[in-house]
Amino acid sequence: MKYALTVNGEPREVDVAPGTPLLWVLREQVGLKGTKYGCGVAQCGACTVHVDGKPARSCVLPVEEVGARAVTTIEGLSGPVADRLRAAWRSLDVPQCGYCQSGQLMTACALLTEVPKPDAEQVEHAMAGNVCRCCTYTRIRRAIGMAAEEGGAP
Amino acid sequence: MAPVSRRLFLKSSAAVGAGLVLGVHLPMPDKGFAAAPEAPPQPDLYNPNAFIRIAPDNTVTLLSKHIEFGQGPYTGLATLVAEELGADWGQMRAEGAPGDLVYQNIGRGMQLTGGSSSIRNSYLQMRRIGATARAMLVAAAAKQWEVPAVEVLVDKGVLTHSSGKKATMGELAEAAMALPAPAADDVKLKDPESFTLIGRELPRLDTPAKLDGSARYTIDVDRENQVVAMIERPPRFGAKLTGFDEGAAKRIPGFVAAKEVPGGVAVYADGFWPAKMARHALNAQWDESGAEHADSDQMIERFKAKLGEAGKPAADRGGADAVLDKPAEGDKVLTADYVFPYLAHAPMEPLDCVIERTADGGVEAWYGAQAPTIDQMAIAKVLGVPLDKVKINVLFAGGSFGRRAQGDASLAVEAAQLLASAPEGRPVKLVWTREDDIRGGYYRPLYVHRLEAVVRKNEIAAWRHRIVGQSIFAWTPFPEPKDGIDPTSVEGARNLPYGINDFKVELTTEKIGIPVLWWRSVGSTHTAFSTETFMDEVLAAAGLDPVEGRLAMLAEHPRHAGVLRAVAELADWGKGAPAGRAYGVALHESFQTYVAEIAEVSLDRSGMPKVHKVYCAVDCGVAVNPNIIAAQMEGGIGYGLGAALFNAVDVVDGRVVQRNFDDYKPLRMGDMPEVSVTVVKSGEAPTGVGEPGVPPVAPAVANAFARLTGKRVRHLPFARALGGA
Repeated sequence: MKYALTVNGEPREVDVAPGTPLLWVLREQVGLKGTKYGCGVAQCGACTVHVDGKPARSCVLPVEEVGARAVTTIEGLSGPVADRLRAAWRSLDVPQCGYCQSGQLMTACALLTEVPKPDAEQVEHAMAGNVCRCCTYTRIRRAIGMAAEEGGAP
Repeated sequence: MAPVSRRLFLKSSAAVGAGLVLGVHLPMPDKGFAAAPEAPPQPDLYNPNAFIRIAPDNTVTLLSKHIEFGQGPYTGLATLVAEELGADWGQMRAEGAPGDLVYQNIGRGMQLTGGSSSIRNSYLQMRRIGATARAMLVAAAAKQWEVPAVEVLVDKGVLTHSSGKKATMGELAEAAMALPAPAADDVKLKDPESFTLIGRELPRLDTPAKLDGSARYTIDVDRENQVVAMIERPPRFGAKLTGFDEGAAKRIPGFVAAKEVPGGVAVYADGFWPAKMARHALNAQWDESGAEHADSDQMIERFKAKLGEAGKPAADRGGADAVLDKPAEGDKVLTADYVFPYLAHAPMEPLDCVIERTADGGVEAWYGAQAPTIDQMAIAKVLGVPLDKVKINVLFAGGSFGRRAQGDASLAVEAAQLLASAPEGRPVKLVWTREDDIRGGYYRPLYVHRLEAVVRKNEIAAWRHRIVGQSIFAWTPFPEPKDGIDPTSVEGARNLPYGINDFKVELTTEKIGIPVLWWRSVGSTHTAFSTETFMDEVLAAAGLDPVEGRLAMLAEHPRHAGVLRAVAELADWGKGAPAGRAYGVALHESFQTYVAEIAEVSLDRSGMPKVHKVYCAVDCGVAVNPNIIAAQMEGGIGYGLGAALFNAVDVVDGRVVQRNFDDYKPLRMGDMPEVSVTVVKSGEAPTGVGEPGVPPVAPAVANAFARLTGKRVRHLPFARALGGA
């Protein structure tokens, strides 16, 4: 089946079987490898992308359900919030193995876009679905705090 | 990549990146992959050309002999080189070295990453390589400028002379390559007092690529005409395939083929999803009559029954048996049994490997190879190709925690077998799903322990430690130790640092058909827990403070005592935890790195420990990069805590119960404590930090939990001991 998608602002036509999760369409048809497979059952968040700006687990999102909505991957993540998050991630050297970090940044960016100054509970709630087996969580928390701080008054 | 012609090449160069693999002697007589060919000439392990590449743009790229999966060798090894080379940190880059004996772990004769050895193993080697390259660049400049070499200065990647002459390393690299390497004796290393990079919190070289999706892992590799392969594995370890029906699989778009392979049924498809769907549609049948029917609950009972008998002595000094058998009047005798479940490593990136045949009759693979030398031998044997035609490109791995450190090369063997059966000889990308990972064996073994002690007049008069469990060594090609003691079963217990005169450690090894493997910090994953929680009980019985009591027995172990004092100061142990919370302490050395941790714990509503904060003091000798050391302590604490709180792999009648992150619960952000790390200043040779942060956290939490509740948790994980809270 052919599907017309919008990925990182560009129209993409893909030809895959119905039911194929968006994750594999992005990775194997569109060629964007930054979005990762970790569990396949929406338990780890490594596959997090934005669909119309909201975080979504692409490993359980069938391609036919995406429709005309805008898909953003780590490769297309941009703007002032993303810039601040990346700068904070860099200054704290957050990643270890790095495999989950695309998903962490996608979720963190959606959070700060919606809630510019989240409290600790809001951060933990928003980030609860993103697993890091290296357990970089303390630095992720600090980096989100730094990026929020630098965002100025809400 | 810099053009090859402009590399800093030495005349004696080994073929860097050309997959030159010489034979290697591994001690694997009965269960090995291949008889080692003739003893090869030893490669020059200090050849700058093999390890660094200086490009015309003045970038310096380190080829890391150790795999990068988060523990930091790219940055650490590049720091060592840059320090002696005189490079600016901004010049430095790093990438994985390919499989080649020149990248061997010194003293082990093969290339592998493990035992928290990267910095320990590379400290002098990488510095000498940097210093050698610097000497050659200086010689090239001196020759070109017709000035004495001693007058050439090197600073931040630029060579200068008082006459005004100036050149970058990149500009001089080609001339330097034409010169002979200086004799080893002529290469002088810096005095540590004059280090400008070692000891600084330099930014990690691999961070930027991990923030924009550009970092490349095995799962991201695409070879032309590649086919994705998955294996339908037996429902029980050791079951034999009797047949399968590919009828339904054939109707899955993208399905290519299904073939029997030694590991089960290989499904080849054009993509991950078609492969997964087709595998699901296979109707594989198995003969399970000869399969493993082990049952973890029954194993626990059986192992416990063995605790009443003496095992093989792994340590025996004084007369612990005599004291325990005939306690004196007034002695306090303490006994405690412990249970440790099977654990999966569950790295974020499940196992994967890309492999293809090359035009010259060889094989090339791309993956997170943790032990390339063993894998090369395995691939050569499976595919019948010469060892020197097996090329392994070592990529980032999305974690490992021991899962990719395979003594039996099981991943490489599986990939080679899949390539052997690949339709039309297509390149193969082998992928494991998370379910394959959790259910696929190679676990931290299940162990039970018994600890017994006699407290006499506020001193420990005897200490006896019995351990029953599987041998990890038995799943490797390495020969079993002559004394019948697998050192990885008793490490951390047999070398308990406390001054106890009558001391005995015994091991009983059980054979079970469930594959086991080292798991981040290996034996210390269980020995630190039993010894450090029991020590707290014993000290309490003797009326001693957990910190003071330990310190009193560490007179001969100043580095243990040093981290214990440091963490007590950091946490203000004397003052104690805030109201409603308790402190627990634990101390453990692993891989020659000393770590003490204090956990600050309260109870959550379900009665589980809530760990608010962990204080950590680490002594790893010279601190090459304190920020990475702290990060590894933080990560190790989280990794050890998650397993202790939540994790067990259960086997019921040979079938693994858990499947994915829904029932093998990973630690999430809300459960991660704040971590405060102090790195103890030391001039000792540096040691590793990838594993040693793990062992103390679980006993520290258990000790705090006991202070809070009076309850001793001795059966991990906590969630199970506390009734599935």
